[in-house]
Amino acid sequence: MSLDFHGPGLWYATRATGLVAMLLLTVSVLLGVITAGRFASGNWPRFLSQGLHRNISLLVLAFLALHVGTTVVDTYTSIPLAAAFVPLASAYKTAWLSLGAVALDLLLALVATSLVRKRLGYRAWRRVHWLAYACWPVAVTHGLGIGTDRSAMWVLVLSMACILAVLGTAVWRVITAVRLGPAR
Amino acid sequence: MPAARLPRLLAGIADAAGLREHERRYGPLPAPGEPGRAGSRSRRRSRRRRPERLIDVVEAAGLTGRGGAGFPAGRKMRSVAGRPGRKAIVANGAEGEPASRKDRLLLSRLPHLVLDGIALAAAAVGADEAYLCVHGTEDALLRRLDRAVAERQAAGLDPVPIQVTGIPARYVSSEQSSIVQYLNGGPGKPTFSPPRPHERGVNGKPTLVHNVETLAHLAMIARHGDRWFRRTGLPSAPGSMLVTVSGAVTRPGVYEIEMGTTAGEVIMLAGGPAERLQALLVGGYFGAWLPVEAAWRVPMTHAGLKAAGGALGAGIVIAFPAAACPIAETARVARYLAEESAGQCGPCRFGLPALAEALASLAFAGGRGGNADDITKLIPLVERRGACRHPDGAAQLGRSLFTAFPADVHRHRRQGACDGVRRPPLLPLPGDEEREWDWG
Amino acid sequence: MSVTLRVNPIACTGHGMCAELLPEVVELDRWGYPVLVSPTVPRSLREHARRAVQACPTLALLIEEKAGKHR
Repeated sequence: MSLDFHGPGLWYATRATGLVAMLLLTVSVLLGVITAGRFASGNWPRFLSQGLHRNISLLVLAFLALHVGTTVVDTYTSIPLAAAFVPLASAYKTAWLSLGAVALDLLLALVATSLVRKRLGYRAWRRVHWLAYACWPVAVTHGLGIGTDRSAMWVLVLSMACILAVLGTAVWRVITAVRLGPAR
Repeated sequence: MPAARLPRLLAGIADAAGLREHERRYGPLPAPGEPGRAGSRSRRRSRRRRPERLIDVVEAAGLTGRGGAGFPAGRKMRSVAGRPGRKAIVANGAEGEPASRKDRLLLSRLPHLVLDGIALAAAAVGADEAYLCVHGTEDALLRRLDRAVAERQAAGLDPVPIQVTGIPARYVSSEQSSIVQYLNGGPGKPTFSPPRPHERGVNGKPTLVHNVETLAHLAMIARHGDRWFRRTGLPSAPGSMLVTVSGAVTRPGVYEIEMGTTAGEVIMLAGGPAERLQALLVGGYFGAWLPVEAAWRVPMTHAGLKAAGGALGAGIVIAFPAAACPIAETARVARYLAEESAGQCGPCRFGLPALAEALASLAFAGGRGGNADDITKLIPLVERRGACRHPDGAAQLGRSLFTAFPADVHRHRRQGACDGVRRPPLLPLPGDEEREWDWG
Repeated sequence: MSVTLRVNPIACTGHGMCAELLPEVVELDRWGYPVLVSPTVPRSLREHARRAVQACPTLALLIEEKAGKHR
């Protein structure tokens, strides 16, 4: 009953959905940081950063579903579905794939706790949400390490741009937090 | 009980503070469920002991809380007793108001009256945990209370052991939700309600929080009944209360008065004015300024002071001389209140320092820069916007300043500081050595 | 049904999203903290109120929906 899916199409789909997911995750992290940093301007209200952050995070999950789906279905490599969630469950590129699983698990935790935020209470939700700062670098590392086209210049440039954007925004966040004082 | 109506609580004030002297003066601890009669030390095993009957008696007596809010004590007890499960009781002897001394007096000289009250109230509401809280910095008082509790344990008096606990010596730490949070292992800061302590408090139990003076009255009511309690005071405000009189009076101190006594009579009880007065500050830093002519005839009841634009609070009366500057004193107190904010709520954390600064500017710099108007704008910005009533007190003090001294405010605005600002400070504030900066 | 809003002042850190999403009912004081113009929310703004409650980053805006006309 095995469907013989294989060929460059699926592989490109896996790679593409992965890259888009990384991009969107980066944007989501940026929006999350500027929401916490209370960024606002005349044309950009705070609820916009927050609303986009939420919606884009959900979009990341959608792309990851495709990313995982195309990977599992591809018979060129026999990666079980479990490997998307359980580290070390795949023989193929075990280390890099495990990072992907960890990133996905963290993301699921972030989204799930955010959906039940009211019932969870703010403090518990906040503590879990710090994991976002673990999720994103793990995801980016997974992408850089596992990609067979990492030598392709534009992928490297894209990844660097994402890293610089997050680093820069994190620095901005620290500076504004210090300026605003405690409890902010 | 002697025929004279007063003193009641303070009848034994000159005695030694031991258990034996206490029982000789006031009678032994009534057995629970036998209100209105002095029970014997050998506990009467009555067929149907009903400690909660005390609540009926307290309600009939019309006892109101003596910690400042004046909430009917019986109703509070009933709402706690009516809840399922075990309860807790907290006796609040922390006395955060700097100008109040009555609780310290009761606890150091008549501790067994308070401890009786705790034991009786604990039995009445079904509490299995009891706490007596004072400021943790009061070492001598804590030791004395430990001794008193030990004396009672030795005599087999308190089935529910009373835990004497020191709490942070900060102004807002003596607020009831702060105490509950502290006893639950958190910082001594107010919490958001719901839930209120009587719904869910210490260790999740419905908790009865009473001021120590309220419990002392309760101990007397348990001995002598509600009709006896109502023989002093007014029908609408029965019983007696303790007041702390300070400021420009000849004999500052703690006095016991009948509810409804006028503020002027209170000043005369304390030996009369030591110099010419211009105002009375009634209710402490949670109260209000009242011009002396208006204040003199105001009855010391919650309703009476509210009608006069003030508040009874914890029975604090400060006599304010004509030669001192009320604006400068208020500015000092406002700065203290700002420093004592728990800093949890934005409007209090930012509003009180702004209010203090505006008042200082009005007092010492003639309100330059429009700061006098800022005071009137700030008051509604801080009132009722905190989790506790701390900012409300500061707001009320500021507002009453404008109502009671319009001429002084006007003069300060136009001509700057008056001569009164040069007087040494009058309103009592804890010295830096007594201040605590931790939340516990 | 009556809908009322309430701010938990301890949880509130003055993000101000409530005022952005429900400016008819929530104003910000000079320090960025919310002032409720009126605690009750008119029917036409109820969905906006719910959205504002959802959006509060610290869950400091509370909504109480009571059935019946009177409390």
